[in-house]
Amino acid sequence: MKKTWLAMLGVLALMALMLLAGCNKKETNEEQKTGGENATPAPAATPIDQSTVGSVSGSVKYDGAAPKAQKIDMSQDPACKGTNEAENVVADKGNLANVFVYVKDGLGNRTFDVPKDPVVLDQSGCRYHPHVIGVMAGQTVQIKNDDPTTHNIHPTPKDNREWNESQPPQAAPIEKTFAREEIMLPVKCNQHPWMKMYVNVVKSPFYAVTGADGKYEIKGLPPGDYTIAFVHERLGEQTQKVTVGPKESKTADQSFKAGAM
Amino acid sequence: MLRPKDGPLTLRGPISGKWIVRTRPEPAAFTGPKERHLKAIATPYNRKLHRFAVFTACATLVLIVAGALVTSNDAGLSVPDWPTTFGSIYKMPHMVGGVKFEHGHRMVAEFVGLLTIVLAVWTWLADRRRWLRMLSLAALGMVIVQGILGGLTVRFLLPPAISSAHAALAQTFFCIAVCIAIFTGPKWIEEPAAVEFDSRRPSLFTLTLLSIFVLYVQLILGAMFRHKGMSWWPHVAHAGVVAVVLTWTTIRAMTVYSKIEAVRRSAMMVLSLLIAQLCLGFTAFLTRVAWGKEALQPELPMVISTVAHVAVGALLLATTVVLAIQVWRHLPVAFAERIPGTERTPQAA
Repeated sequence: MKKTWLAMLGVLALMALMLLAGCNKKETNEEQKTGGENATPAPAATPIDQSTVGSVSGSVKYDGAAPKAQKIDMSQDPACKGTNEAENVVADKGNLANVFVYVKDGLGNRTFDVPKDPVVLDQSGCRYHPHVIGVMAGQTVQIKNDDPTTHNIHPTPKDNREWNESQPPQAAPIEKTFAREEIMLPVKCNQHPWMKMYVNVVKSPFYAVTGADGKYEIKGLPPGDYTIAFVHERLGEQTQKVTVGPKESKTADQSFKAGAM
Repeated sequence: MLRPKDGPLTLRGPISGKWIVRTRPEPAAFTGPKERHLKAIATPYNRKLHRFAVFTACATLVLIVAGALVTSNDAGLSVPDWPTTFGSIYKMPHMVGGVKFEHGHRMVAEFVGLLTIVLAVWTWLADRRRWLRMLSLAALGMVIVQGILGGLTVRFLLPPAISSAHAALAQTFFCIAVCIAIFTGPKWIEEPAAVEFDSRRPSLFTLTLLSIFVLYVQLILGAMFRHKGMSWWPHVAHAGVVAVVLTWTTIRAMTVYSKIEAVRRSAMMVLSLLIAQLCLGFTAFLTRVAWGKEALQPELPMVISTVAHVAVGALLLATTVVLAIQVWRHLPVAFAERIPGTERTPQAA
């Protein structure tokens, strides 16, 4: 009888100890900023002769009847006001938005300076603005909450560290970095399950995201032969070979077929 | 059917889990196996304790539903910290969006934890059966482990293995809560068991154990699929195995041992729940896998069907455990055994 009571007390004490241990574990500010991954000093950037750089631009089309945007029901949080529609395929008059365009191949072993300015991701109207972003590995992503409700930001990467943090209304922006290259890294909010967006982490600054008019432009490319990749969250990836000469502006249009979904 | 002549009568105790040897009563008192009653362990029926145990079991089912709502609404990480909620241990968060599911689940879990502590202490003080006291203590240990698993799954961002273990342990705890409710009930304590020896092979008791095993495998496969640790097809394929084994078990129980009410009723309930569960599984598959693949957010039909599938699954597992216990109590397996010091005669066990 006495032994059983002692065992019971032991189990309860162990539980209390684990709870305390759990409470005391806090990430350092540095971990928070870097996303918990070891920041290694970036190698010096390969110089680019600015007098010879060219550009690649074009438009991305949606080939077929554009799907009707599905309405999102935001009634489970009264603070989420306004109308909200699905952004998984946004095609107005055949112009496909939210396509991430980047130089997939052709840059060799060049290295690039990581921009000091952060890429801003805003939560407003219980949706992400923008829906697709590009960022260089190691570049800061600044996440703001302009809604009168709490959001949680939860990236679910394959190659980067997964994290999950809540952000109350009017809280200070959360700043994070992603260490490794990863295309279409999903980010979601578990409080508002319709909220989804994609972060694209690349090694070079040569990327763009198509706007509502389906257009994009990648500037400052040194002359060379490149593979340009066009990636859409639902329609997948397509590539195109492009040769850019000194000071040349190349056009590379692309279209996605409706049946690709 | 074996009818002992002289020497000890070997019977399985109602719940002790050990083979016990009891001296055969006076020959005149023996009127045949069907009339034999297992000796009830002396403990007074405590109505309040029994009702409290039933309430705890019901609250556990509510907790399972609350947990299923969290998963079906993809709200598991809407509160990113644990054991605190948004940094506070007592402050009520704004119950909107995923928070109402996750924090609601935590509140129900705390309530069930409290009920389990009271049940363990009460059983320890009021019940004379040592094994039941130990079972209630095991239930308390299990609810603590379950709480820690729930916390770990949040802190480690829902790894499929931990989330599935949390789901499996939840239903195991529910089974134990139901068992405690049965063991504290008047039928178990006051009514003697009507014993009928089971000479068929495989015995009904073996079949009930097999049923529990296949159900448990199904529970793990379902949990792994639900928590994105596995494809859907092993769970769907194994549903066929579950259907065959449970149908075999329940049909045997209802046809051969229909006179034993406790066995017949449990078997009927298992069969009814099995049919309901297969229908719900099909509906959940349609709404979640076939039609809901491209859903922008958790839709009501998929939430209702998956939560009902989880709840009925828990009921099915618990009812099968109850059937196994009733079979164990009422249908001891007959076998021949030589006991040292006695002449070699068939013995009933």
